[in-house]
Amino acid sequence: MSVSSGPAAKAAKARQSFPTSWHKPPFIKNPLLRWSIIIGAAIYLALAFGTMDVDWGRAAEGLPRGQRFLAAFFPPNFSDNLGVMWDGIFESIWMAIISTIAGIALSIPIGLGAAKNLAPKWVYLVNRSIIGGSRTFPEVILAIFAVKLFGFGPFAGFVALSIGTIGFYAKLLAEDIENMSDSQAEAIKATGANWFQWINYAIQPQVMPRMIGLSVYRLDINFRESAVVGIVGGGGIGATLNTAFERYEFDTAAAILLIIIAIVMALEYTSGFLRKYVQ
Amino acid sequence: MPRIDTDNGPVWKRRTTRKQWAIWFGWLVALAITAYAWQGISEKTIWFFVQDAPRQAADIGGRMVPPKFSYMSKLWAPVWDTLNIATLGTVIALVIAVPVAFAAARNTTPHPIVRTVAIFIIVASRSVNSLIWALMLVFIFGPGVLAGTIAIGLRSVGFCAKLLYEGIEEIDHTQVEAIEATGASGAQKMAYGIVPQVLPTFAGIGVFRWDINIRESTILGLVGAGGIGLELNGSINTLAWTQVSMILLVILVTVIVSEWVSAKVRGAII
Repeated sequence: MSVSSGPAAKAAKARQSFPTSWHKPPFIKNPLLRWSIIIGAAIYLALAFGTMDVDWGRAAEGLPRGQRFLAAFFPPNFSDNLGVMWDGIFESIWMAIISTIAGIALSIPIGLGAAKNLAPKWVYLVNRSIIGGSRTFPEVILAIFAVKLFGFGPFAGFVALSIGTIGFYAKLLAEDIENMSDSQAEAIKATGANWFQWINYAIQPQVMPRMIGLSVYRLDINFRESAVVGIVGGGGIGATLNTAFERYEFDTAAAILLIIIAIVMALEYTSGFLRKYVQ
Repeated sequence: MPRIDTDNGPVWKRRTTRKQWAIWFGWLVALAITAYAWQGISEKTIWFFVQDAPRQAADIGGRMVPPKFSYMSKLWAPVWDTLNIATLGTVIALVIAVPVAFAAARNTTPHPIVRTVAIFIIVASRSVNSLIWALMLVFIFGPGVLAGTIAIGLRSVGFCAKLLYEGIEEIDHTQVEAIEATGASGAQKMAYGIVPQVLPTFAGIGVFRWDINIRESTILGLVGAGGIGLELNGSINTLAWTQVSMILLVILVTVIVSEWVSAKVRGAII
């Protein structure tokens, strides 16, 4: 443009000094960090795929097998093993209920002990390590040992799920207590309440609504987990499912899976509703 | 607070009589269910084994110490496999979860029917445990890491998609409207209005699920789907208790490290 003065020149100058195109800023701002994450991820993926001992021939062979396998699932057979299926489902439900109750009963003292603002340091550390231990190992590993100790059947599953519940419930209870409002606790203390009164009137009402919600949620989890502890001998619907798989009765297995999904959906809906109601 | 009038003047109660009775009734029902459930379990329990359990525990506990540290040289490969199962499974899950989440979120779904299907995928994936997925996939792909990876992936889709679609539903709409006002197309709205808002959530979910997956992938070996669970199963079946305790120790360390990494990364993102 040959215009050297006037508003047009000003506009041209403005166009030059401001960028006319714009790029999204990257998610990770530091370029060094960004590139090292990208390159690191690429190296890792190459290594992982390089060392993953996958028999692709076997996997490809598996696809038509998979089709036959899936075809064997349909139609789900609800009728042939109905009695066994009901037995398994009820066993799972009983296991879930009892282990949730027992787990919560054990979680309350452990949770109180694991709250930094309630317990002395050594009690805190002991209880935190109990929680840590029960959180680390999946319910299935706990169930393997419970089966070794208590024999096959729902009792082993019950023990495993109860211990699993402690890791979940006591941890959340402790965190909830740590986050409570101190002014209420002080107010109750100022009335001269003893320790139990203090817990009952200052802390319990503050954590109760959330804890009720979490116990329903945990019941939901325990039912879900009860479907797998059966695979290692812990009783419940998992044992029925495992038997169905081992006897290649895939239509029955499909029916069991559908029932599990239906119950879990119902539980999830109820627990969501209940949690909204109490909060 | 209800007031009850008596001859000696009003009495204040915390609840009305009816509400108090309802609460007592609720407790009664809960107690009855518990007792019935306990009976159901107790019937199927051989109490002799339960009484014997402390002795058994002491026996097995005694056989488990000291852990066989030399066994570690054989454990590096399974630990690496376990990490790969968890990581690649999470990657698979995230790849599938993104479209499912956008289809399931109320504000981005193309059609209510698509939304229903997406929600069903999420629920189905979440209700079936990874061990059950692995059980089925081992039938299809044969025993090994591949079945485990896909099992973890399928199981995690529901979790990731659920959290992600909740994140998408909670975005700030004014930003999307601002982008829309510039005349952006649907894809541009997505790329410049929605994605930047959910990207931190997405990264957080990925890392969070990775941490859970490490824990889950330690057990997939029990049904033959690779990783350290395979060694665990073998050691338990051969009653090699010192190896079992070594494996448990390794799992403990792996899980603690992954939890720490995940907490650090999430702390940096959010």
